[in-house]
Amino acid sequence: MPPETKLDVALNCPVPIAARESILLGHGSGGRMSGDLLRNVLLPALQNPVLERLDDQAIVDVGGSRIAFTTDSFVVKPLFFPGGDIGTLAVNGTVNDLAMGGAEPLFLSLALILEEGLPLDTLRRVMESIRVAAALAGVVVVTGDTKVVEKGSGDGLFVNTSGIGLVSSEVQLSADQARPGDRVLLSGTIGDHGITILSQREGLEFESAIASDTAALHTLVADMLRASCEIRCLRDPTRGGLSSSLNEIAARSRVGIELKEDAIPIREEVQGACEILGLDPLYVANEGKLLAIVGPTAAERILEAMHQHPLGRNARMIGTVTDSHPTMVTLRTRLGTSRIVDLLSGDQLPRIC
Amino acid sequence: MKYLDEYRDEKIARGIVAELTRRATRPWVLMEICGGQTHTLMRYGIDEMLPAGIELVHGPGCPVCVTSLEMIDKATEIASRPDVTLISYGDMLRVPGSHTDLLHVKARGGDVRVVYSPTEGLKFARANPGRKVVFFAVGFETTAPANAMAVWQAKREGLRNFSMLACHVLVPPAIRALLSSPRNRVQGFIGPGHVCTVMGYREYEDLVREFHLPIVVGGFEPLDLLEAILMLVTQLEERRAVVENQYVRSVTYEGNLPAQKVLAEVFEVCDRKWRGIGGIPESGLSLREEYAEFDADRIFGTEGVTADEPAECISAEVLQGLKKPTDCSAFGTRCTPENPLGAPMVSSEGACAAYYQYRRHAIAATGTH
Repeated sequence: MPPETKLDVALNCPVPIAARESILLGHGSGGRMSGDLLRNVLLPALQNPVLERLDDQAIVDVGGSRIAFTTDSFVVKPLFFPGGDIGTLAVNGTVNDLAMGGAEPLFLSLALILEEGLPLDTLRRVMESIRVAAALAGVVVVTGDTKVVEKGSGDGLFVNTSGIGLVSSEVQLSADQARPGDRVLLSGTIGDHGITILSQREGLEFESAIASDTAALHTLVADMLRASCEIRCLRDPTRGGLSSSLNEIAARSRVGIELKEDAIPIREEVQGACEILGLDPLYVANEGKLLAIVGPTAAERILEAMHQHPLGRNARMIGTVTDSHPTMVTLRTRLGTSRIVDLLSGDQLPRIC
Repeated sequence: MKYLDEYRDEKIARGIVAELTRRATRPWVLMEICGGQTHTLMRYGIDEMLPAGIELVHGPGCPVCVTSLEMIDKATEIASRPDVTLISYGDMLRVPGSHTDLLHVKARGGDVRVVYSPTEGLKFARANPGRKVVFFAVGFETTAPANAMAVWQAKREGLRNFSMLACHVLVPPAIRALLSSPRNRVQGFIGPGHVCTVMGYREYEDLVREFHLPIVVGGFEPLDLLEAILMLVTQLEERRAVVENQYVRSVTYEGNLPAQKVLAEVFEVCDRKWRGIGGIPESGLSLREEYAEFDADRIFGTEGVTADEPAECISAEVLQGLKKPTDCSAFGTRCTPENPLGAPMVSSEGACAAYYQYRRHAIAATGTH
C-alpha cells in the first residue's frame, strides 16, 4: 500500500451516544443491553451467590429439600394471538423456567396489573386461559395480587407469575456446565412465537398459519432426565432467541459453540416472514422450545427420548461444544463457510432494504 | 425453502468458485455498492470462499449509514415535539445525530414508531387527525417510489396532517464520485439489484462509457453474488467493460416505469450530503415545489439545521472502499455496535457492523485482515 495521503473529500463521522441515562426498549431485549443493565445496575445492589448463578431459576435448600424458585413478568401485545394469550404465556413461561432447572413445578403465584378501562370480558378470557394452562401443567395457583393503575399508566394488562418446584438431589443443571465435546440439542422449530406476535401487531398485517408454540416443557424435561443424567444445561430460548441462550452458555462455561445451519429446524412460514422483514430467526423468541447441552455419549439416547414426547418430535442435534473460540457461538453456513452468531445489542430492528 | 434455497446451494457455489479460480489470472478489486449485498457476503462468508486475488471492498450502499448528521438532527428535533408522531424504518432509530438518537427521543416521551411501509403512516394519519405524522424517508431509489406514492396520495386526499422529511439518495452519482477520486482502487462494480429493479440500468451504461470499467447488476443471494463476481472477472480478464445483468429474475433494462413516473412526479433531484463522504452534487431527491405543503423540513422550520461531522474514525475511507473495517484501530475495541464510533457500525447493513457481527472470529484466528 502507498503511504496514506489526506483524502480528497471531507472526512466525517458521528460521535456516538455512549452513556445511556435512561431506560430504552433495548434494555428489555435479552441482548447485550439487558446484560449490561443486570451487571451494572441490578446485581450490585443484591449480591449473593445464588443470584449470581444467573440461571433461569434459583435453587435453594429449604429444610433439606432443594426448592427451585423463579419469577417472570409478561407484557405481550396483543394480549391474544394464535396459539395462546398472555395467560397461557404467564403459566407456561414460569413453569418452563422451573423446568430448565430440572424441577418438578408445583405452585404458582399470580399478580395482575390492570389498566383502568380494561374490559372485564378480556380479564375473564385471560383467567380462563390461566386455569386451563395450570391444569394442563399440573400446577396450582395458590396466591395472588391485583392492582389497578390509571388509564395510560399500563397497557391493558400486565401479568407476573412466580413459581416454586422441587429438584431431586442428583440433578445439577447450570449454564456453566458445558464442556468441549458436548452436543447441542434443540426440541423443535424456532421463531414460531416471535413471528406470530409480529404478524399480529398493528401496522404489520400479513396472513399466515403460524401459531405461537407456547407450551409447558417440564414433562419433556422429565423424560430427558430419565433417559440420561448426562444433561449439563437446559435453556428455553425465549426473548433474544436461540442466539442469546447459546451465547450465555458459551460465556458462562467459557467454551465455544459451533452450530450447523442446515440442522436448525425452521418452519417455512417463519423463514419466509424473516426473509421479508429482514430478521434473523436465530434471534426470534420461542415459548415452547428448549435447548439442551448434553454429554456426547448420551446425545443419541436423549434425542430418542425427546422424539417420543409430543413437544420433542422435531428435536434435532444442531451443534457441538468446542474448545476453540471460547465464549463465541459460530455457525457453519449452508455454503460450508463459518460465521459468528453474536449477541444482539438491543432489539432486532427490521432492516430497510 | 422454495425460491431461496436454490440460491444458497453449496455445490453450485463451489462450482462457481472453481470457475472463478480458473479464469482469474491476476488480482482484481471489486466493489459491491449495496448494503444488502455486503450483508449477504458477510453472513454467508463468501469472502472466505473467493480465490486469494479477488478483493471485495464495500461501498456506501447502506442508506442508514450515509444519512447525514444534520438530517438525523432534524428528525430528532421534529420527533421531540409533543404534537408529532415520527415514523421511520427500524434501523434509523439507533443512528446517532449530534446529540441524541431517535431511540432516546422515544424514551423521553417522543412518539417514534417503526413501520414497514409509508402507507402505514398514511393510515395512522387518517386515524389520528390530531397528530402531525411525519415520515422520515430514507433510502435509495428502491424505497423512493413507495414514499413518493404516499405523498402523492396524501395530496390527492387532502390529508393535512401527513408530511415527509425526505433524505433520499441516488446510487449513480455516488459511483461517479467514488470513481472520480484520484485514490480509487475499484476495477469493477456489482450493481445494486433492488435499485435497478426500479430504475433499470440505462444510467449505468453512462458510467461504463465514462470510466471504462465493467458493472454487473447483481442480486442478493449467495449464488447471485458469486455469479456476478464471476461475470465481472470474466469481463476484466477479457478486457471488456459493459453493463451486464445477473439479476434477470428481477431487473429489466427499462426498470419499473410506473414507479419511475410517480417518483418523478413527487421528487426532484437535489444536492445531498452523505455521511462519511461529504457533499455529492445531484445525488439526492427532495420534494418538488408542488408538494411543499408536505415537506416536514419547511413545516417545522428545520431548514436551517446544520451539523459539522467530526473526523473521529476512518468511516469515510471504509465507505469509499479505500480501507477495510478491520484496518481501523478502533474496530471491535473502542468501536462496537453498542458504542459505534462511525455510521458503518450502526446499521446491520453497514460494512463495519457486518464484519463485526459475522467475521471477527476469522480475523482473530488468522491474526490478519
